[in-house]
Amino acid sequence: MLDPQRPDVTLDSAASKPNWFSRLAHPGSFMAWSKPVLLPLGAVTVLAFAAGLWFTFFNSPADYQMGDTVRIMYIHVPNAILSEGVYAVMFVAALGTLIWRHPLADVTGKAAAPLGAAFTALALYTGSLWGRPTWGTFWEWDGRMTSTLILFFIYCGIIALWRAFDDQLRAARIVAIVTLVGALDIPVVKFSVDWWNTLHQPASLTLGGSKLPPEMLLPLGVMALAFGLFFVLLLLVSMRTEILRRRADSLSRQAAAQSAA
Amino acid sequence: MSGLLTILGRDLRLAARTGGDALTLVLFFVMAGAIMPFAIGPDRVLLQKLAPGIIWLAAFLSMLLGLDRLFRADEDDGTLLLFRHAGTPLEAIVAAKLMAHWLLTAVPLLIASPLLAILLSMDTAVWGRTALALLVGTPALTAFGTIGAAVTVSLRRGGLLAPVLILPLSIPVLIFGVASVGAPEGSSAAILFLAAISLVSVAFCPFAAALALRLGSE
Repeated sequence: MLDPQRPDVTLDSAASKPNWFSRLAHPGSFMAWSKPVLLPLGAVTVLAFAAGLWFTFFNSPADYQMGDTVRIMYIHVPNAILSEGVYAVMFVAALGTLIWRHPLADVTGKAAAPLGAAFTALALYTGSLWGRPTWGTFWEWDGRMTSTLILFFIYCGIIALWRAFDDQLRAARIVAIVTLVGALDIPVVKFSVDWWNTLHQPASLTLGGSKLPPEMLLPLGVMALAFGLFFVLLLLVSMRTEILRRRADSLSRQAAAQSAA
Repeated sequence: MSGLLTILGRDLRLAARTGGDALTLVLFFVMAGAIMPFAIGPDRVLLQKLAPGIIWLAAFLSMLLGLDRLFRADEDDGTLLLFRHAGTPLEAIVAAKLMAHWLLTAVPLLIASPLLAILLSMDTAVWGRTALALLVGTPALTAFGTIGAAVTVSLRRGGLLAPVLILPLSIPVLIFGVASVGAPEGSSAAILFLAAISLVSVAFCPFAAALALRLGSE
């Protein structure tokens, strides 16, 4: 009942009722439900950033060794989490493209790639700003930094591949394969601090517990939430733009076909 | 299996009869290595220290830049379309093309490597370890390359895109390749890692590349 060729047509027949996820993820209904979500989501994001930045600058302790530079952590860690998290989103979207041929999956993958590249670049940038006063160097060829840099290159390659194709449906399937192959780097980034005992410290936050004191954990949690919401907001906006762009594309093709006939 | 051998033989015959490609590749490899002394100065001690890395880098670049040729000619004259509908699975055909491409690109580089070794004043023992590392590591480069070439084969302007996509994935090959030349005591572990990367990638990449070829043509 879902027709990927005609995303502007909503088909809801009583004979075969699609489950809630299919209804949510149908491009037509996605455009309908995502529009009223944007404004409240933006407001919550702004509030979360305001609270997080207030905690960061005014209500969190300075580190006994690093001093005030520890506050870079509240920007650096959320970006670093997202640099891998966005790739996980793209990985699932690539599976959705290849297995279910889902029309929203390739839109998600295409919208997420530049965001992931931006978060990775910010993680590298804030990391090097933090590394200069604490480690005495902007850059070191350590396992975590090198693998994150490679992740950034993979993001750039994927974006370049998207842009090289004219036919976006074909591009989606090809990029999905490259996304799945490039995911090899994600475990390397994650476990690099455990495999190689070089400059970057191991994870302080694990499922088993936190090595951070609670008065640092709270600002970090709020900032991570704020950046997460920010990503979802940007992803929704950019997916809507992509759907509208495709719709405009097909409309102009229809118009061209009609004027030719 | 016979289809695989037929295509392997076809590619080797094609390359032998048209000729030129392997020689250009070797020229590029030697030149890329030979310009390094101009860039860093003709200091023998320094060159000797950097030589394995320079040879690896030259081989890495020449193999990446030659990637586009893997499926390009077959795509242009329609052979790839026939391959897709052939009785032999597309995965086996890609594997055959992988082997042929490795024989046509990596082996000439190995044969030419003593020339660079002399230019960069390497010891025979160090050259031997470098050549062994190249022999073990280059199949992985070609295997990753099949994915890059398959992904970009339908693009007219895809020439430089395949190296950009493949380069990040190939960095481990470079790391373990140079590491296996460096420290003699740690060399056996690095060369084993390199062999593992090559074996796994040669086993898996034809499937990914064949999938890309199928999906790209729909």
